[in-house]
Amino acid sequence: MVGGTMTLFLLICAAISLFWTPGSAYEIVIANRFLPPSADHWLGTDQFGRDIASMLMTGTQNSIVVAVVAVSIGLFIGVSLGLLAAARRGWTEEIIMRLSDFSFAFPAILSAIMLTAILGPGGVNSILAIGLYNIPVFARLTRGSANAIWTREYVMAARASGKGRLRITFEHILPNILSIIIVQATILFAIAILAEAALSYLGLGTQPPEPSWGRMLNEAQTLMFLDPMQAIYPGLAIAIAVFGLNLLGDGLRDVLDPRLSRKR
Amino acid sequence: MTLLSVQDLTVTLATNDGPARAVRDLSFTLEKGETLGIVGESGCGKSMAALALMGLLPSMSKTTGRINLDGKNLLEKTETEMCRIRGNRMAMIFQEPMTSLNPVHTIGHQIMEPLRLHKGLSDDDAHKETIRLLDRVGIPNPKARIDNYPHQLSGGQRQRVMIAIALSCKPHILIADEPTTALDVTIQDQILDLIQTLVREDGMALILISHDLGVISENTEKILVMYGGAAVETGRTDRIFEELVHPYTQGLFAAMPRLGRARSKRLVTIPGTVPDLISLPAGCTFTDRCPLATDICRETPPPVIEVKGQHFVACHHVEEARARKTEELFS
Repeated sequence: MVGGTMTLFLLICAAISLFWTPGSAYEIVIANRFLPPSADHWLGTDQFGRDIASMLMTGTQNSIVVAVVAVSIGLFIGVSLGLLAAARRGWTEEIIMRLSDFSFAFPAILSAIMLTAILGPGGVNSILAIGLYNIPVFARLTRGSANAIWTREYVMAARASGKGRLRITFEHILPNILSIIIVQATILFAIAILAEAALSYLGLGTQPPEPSWGRMLNEAQTLMFLDPMQAIYPGLAIAIAVFGLNLLGDGLRDVLDPRLSRKR
Repeated sequence: MTLLSVQDLTVTLATNDGPARAVRDLSFTLEKGETLGIVGESGCGKSMAALALMGLLPSMSKTTGRINLDGKNLLEKTETEMCRIRGNRMAMIFQEPMTSLNPVHTIGHQIMEPLRLHKGLSDDDAHKETIRLLDRVGIPNPKARIDNYPHQLSGGQRQRVMIAIALSCKPHILIADEPTTALDVTIQDQILDLIQTLVREDGMALILISHDLGVISENTEKILVMYGGAAVETGRTDRIFEELVHPYTQGLFAAMPRLGRARSKRLVTIPGTVPDLISLPAGCTFTDRCPLATDICRETPPPVIEVKGQHFVACHHVEEARARKTEELFS
């Protein structure tokens, strides 16, 4: 519930920023630098006179786009691979799972840095890097849960009534593991936002002048003692996003999977 | 032509300890409309034999022999061809009605699926046929029940739904693997009666698998007693119950609890447990538990002897077994 509200708040911020922001997130007015919060600039301005509130809102939009696309990449490819592994078993499963083990050997952020270093920094490449990292997470989860469903009696009964593996996968396996996948997606969504912020902070993600939470943090770092609020705002935004999405994931799990919530 | 003829069916499962011979040289025939009972205790291979018939054994198993359905060997068919046979020509009912239905789909959806798949019915026709099927298996108010989810039904009702699914495409053979084991006694009778009636009405052949001699005796024309993966006694039901020959069949019979027996008397059991399928003895598999066992039993596989009119027994000591009363062998 709380998680849902926090997530909704972020979504609304992002939606509003599409056509309206309190100030300009791009315009540099040196005369207005380091202004304290006021009616014109709700959270003050940064060292270039840009409106911090507007930058945060546009940054939300940026974070959400990156996370949605990255998680979708991981979701579609990962879930498909996981379902395929569980349905085919044998060497197909072996190859898919060993490949995902292999990719797990590299720490997430490190491999994202490596990828952006190869492909060059930028928004699209950071999306690709985060999405690629999500694939094995989904593949593993899907294959594990799908294997458990494949041993159920109703799957045996479905096979006894002449259904093929593909049909059983979509009719019996997927609906039964969907709740687990959705919950995992919300949690990975939070991780993707964090990863995007990290990459932008390192200068490998979203490039200027597009505002991004990670880059705002980076720019504020040098001004830490001059204007600490500049670092606190984007940090707070990241914290709210991650915390809210995690709570949402927990809440969704309770709703979608009653067996787990009863144990609490 | 014989509807189903099984010859020398052998199922070998690959386990960590080596190959386990779950079914050995099983042979039987089934005519159109005939009912066959397969009886034996847990682990004797009866369920494995049923799964082998359907081609549903786990991938790390090997099946040899012949399973001829209308003269065509099912073991040579591809998975796609088998999918067209399963549910359409041969259908199966499982032991656990509580878990044999998918919790996320309505029962109507699950009955309609095979109809659309095998018979190519339109949604409308499948819906009508489903209501008719639900009515036929004795679900009250089928028009409303069709949209129920499995958890809204009782165990007995779920088994009725399973029967409706199995019967939906009018299969020639129905395999019922312990269909009533998970149900309480009054429901058991109703379900067995239902299966009996439907099988007779549609002229289906039935293979009923059970560990309960009582259930088998009331519902089948032919019996196959399995022990350690092989048939030990086969014949017509009335003939076998006239004279139980194989010591194992006698033991199963003696172990049936009866009403009216003195309270102080303990239930009869067959001593020992089923043999380890990985290291089966060279001779008769029942040797270690058999009151009539001698050295020859341990060393050579028992011959199959026709006792009387198509009643076959695999035992070295048929004459002695026939001479002794069941109560003398097991008490």
